[in-house]
Amino acid sequence: MKWILRFSKQREFMIFAIVVAIFIIMSFSSPYFLTEGNILALFLGLSIEAIIAVAMTNLMVSGGFDMSVGSIVAFTGAVSALLLKAGFPTVPAVFIGLIIGAGIGFFNGFIISKIGINAFVTTLSSLSLFRGLTLIVSKGQNISGLPDSFKIIGQGKLGIFQTPILIAAFLIILGDIFLRRSRFFRQSYYIGGNEKAARLTGIPVDSLKLLGYVLTGLFAGIAGIVMTARLGAASMTAGSGLELRVITAVIIGGASLQGGEGTVAGAFLGSLLMALITNALTLLGVDVYWQTFVIGGTLLLAVLIDRFGKIRTEQSSKVVREIGGKKND
Amino acid sequence: MEAEYVLEATNIVKTFPGVRALDGVNLKVRKGEIHAVVGENGAGKSTLMLILSGIYNPDEGHIKIDGIPVEFDSPEDAVKKGIGIVFQELSLVPSLSIAENIFANRQPVTSLGFVNRTSLRTKTIELLSLFGLEHLDTNMLVRYLPLAQQQVIEILKALSHNPRILILDEPTSSLTEIEIKELFKNIRILTQRGIACVYISHHLHEIFEIADTVTVLRDGRYVCDAEVKDIDEDFLVSRMVGRPIVDMYGHRDTTIPFGPVRFKAQHISRAGNFADISFSIKGGEIVGFAGLVGAGRTEVGRSIFGAEPIEEGTLWLDNKPIHPKNPRQAIAEGIGYLSEDRKSQGLFLDFSIRANVVANHLFDFCNSNGFLQERKTVSWASKIVSEYRIATPDVERPVKNLSGGNQQKVLAAEWIGINPKLLIVDEPTRGVDVGAKSEIYVLIRKLAATGAGIMLISSDLSEILGLSDRIIVMQNGVIVGELIASEATEEKVIALATGAKQGVYAL
Repeated sequence: MKWILRFSKQREFMIFAIVVAIFIIMSFSSPYFLTEGNILALFLGLSIEAIIAVAMTNLMVSGGFDMSVGSIVAFTGAVSALLLKAGFPTVPAVFIGLIIGAGIGFFNGFIISKIGINAFVTTLSSLSLFRGLTLIVSKGQNISGLPDSFKIIGQGKLGIFQTPILIAAFLIILGDIFLRRSRFFRQSYYIGGNEKAARLTGIPVDSLKLLGYVLTGLFAGIAGIVMTARLGAASMTAGSGLELRVITAVIIGGASLQGGEGTVAGAFLGSLLMALITNALTLLGVDVYWQTFVIGGTLLLAVLIDRFGKIRTEQSSKVVREIGGKKND
Repeated sequence: MEAEYVLEATNIVKTFPGVRALDGVNLKVRKGEIHAVVGENGAGKSTLMLILSGIYNPDEGHIKIDGIPVEFDSPEDAVKKGIGIVFQELSLVPSLSIAENIFANRQPVTSLGFVNRTSLRTKTIELLSLFGLEHLDTNMLVRYLPLAQQQVIEILKALSHNPRILILDEPTSSLTEIEIKELFKNIRILTQRGIACVYISHHLHEIFEIADTVTVLRDGRYVCDAEVKDIDEDFLVSRMVGRPIVDMYGHRDTTIPFGPVRFKAQHISRAGNFADISFSIKGGEIVGFAGLVGAGRTEVGRSIFGAEPIEEGTLWLDNKPIHPKNPRQAIAEGIGYLSEDRKSQGLFLDFSIRANVVANHLFDFCNSNGFLQERKTVSWASKIVSEYRIATPDVERPVKNLSGGNQQKVLAAEWIGINPKLLIVDEPTRGVDVGAKSEIYVLIRKLAATGAGIMLISSDLSEILGLSDRIIVMQNGVIVGELIASEATEEKVIALATGAKQGVYAL
């Protein structure tokens, strides 16, 4: 029974309950909701952002933050597409795309962890830098006419599932297990939770932070390739605004900007919740203009509920801290 | 043959720019004993601990563990060589479980690098059972534990490395009396297992309750060590405080009589912090507030300044009731507050001296259109720098580049600059060297001489005794006594503050 109690205290549980509730309500409200087509479209729609959310969760758990993932998606997609058009075979083209994604992550991480520039400012610069580079290399044109061997990455099917769904599912499960279980990735929690203490424990804080950005860049690169393959073309506007959706999903799923908490499963549920809300509003015939508004409200509500929950449990110890906590020496 | 001392530090010297923090300190700890290190603020206790835990390197001196000379390359190295440290500020991650906090980054893992939960749980329960806490759920997040238990986890975290010596830095600063008893019980359990404890505290009564031996530090120097059974509190107090003072505090100009009552607090209370506080301060009078750490003095001061709420009671300034809801209103009424924590609550460290000294009364430097007149601020800041003898080449220098004493003078200038009717000064000389101290006392006396009332909150007893015209003693959020300066002695203040030798010294 204990684990049920503990589980119920976690943010994932709250989001999971809401997701289930929406599923139940929607299956009664709309005959189209529970159709295979709708559910698959739902998951296909969220697969790109969910892939990035896996690495973003690790990054945000360690106290980091990346605004540039949308631009990385566009840039890696454009570079891979250009290489394919120039006659490169699929495998090296994809591989170079991924290396570029990880490289941009290294660029961000180096500036943030080694030089010490604020993460927001650094990745905000990268957001413009690499969106700009995308426009430069693609000369403002979408790049289409890509080979089938490449398109299969985004358009293939295994049974009823499209490849983007499968890739996302694989990365989410793997990411959750690693962040939850492996000692290596658990270090992210110590860094985000108490950076000074983490250093004293002997955790290589700067290198791990750098790695967090590299992984985020790499996963954004994967998302960029998958997206380009699915569309069959590299779009210069691909992934714009994606960073906000990813960060929103991760925070709804239990992470905080201060770091130290959050799980990949939570981030996936956050992403699913946003997709569900969009889907539900569409099926119910609500004006599409409401969708962004409702997602903003969901994010705010999720953090407010969490905040009040924490205030209640921390209140008693906080009083003691304030009365007796006057530091000397 | 086994060495006599498990830990032996001799002639440790550590200098920071401008300060000799430790000057020939010795510390000898026997196996399985509880060895207290006492001293006033700034005596060097914390610096010594940071050296023993490998965070600082000593400039001179030797450290031996079990008679073998050691040097620490890093905190981890000190841990490896047998030092465990429990920091005053908890180093836990609230969003992780008990088990993961104790075995931070050393969780037992499977061959694949995944955390072995069964083994982690067993090892954690093993440690918890040491203090009879094996009933705790090892997966519980530390966030949900009461503070006292968080501290136990912190201790277990240090113990998980199997230290020979466990250093506890002010472990009781945020615990209640009952929790302290529990902590002491746990410390005794450790010593029975042969672990030596170094117990840092400035709470003397705790020393007599828990320690076997004691080392006294003063102004970064080693004073003496002793068996606790051979000494009494007077012995310790005299060794800790007894520093030569050459009229550092100055004297009130007795030819000027006190003015009428400038400030009065009537029955002010805030649940859980302070209750039924009434006192008055005359023009030109310096009223000292003495008490234990956590007696509620700072809370009263901040509440008068509007930085914290007052639930009941009235404040009067020049016979007019005032109700400052926030610092802005309090400043408008003529109340100033010199914060105890100048770095985080007082100064804008990155800003220039000029920007700091005008920050709390910007409107005085504006023209009729509300635009800041830079020339006025420059001439004001230059005046302050020369008048207060702030050591700086120019007024545009960032405050963070000044020494502690000069920073404090900038802060004092900022508040004296608003010509306050009442100035609350909270620990005005914490972390300030002796020279700058006396200059700050001169400033406070000067302001009082202009007819302002001064509320002086200080944990430095000699400062309270040297500066105050009247001393109000607080304990547990209430006023327990009042002494006229001419009658006050250290013993009387301590007796009041501790409720007849029970409680905690605020030395």
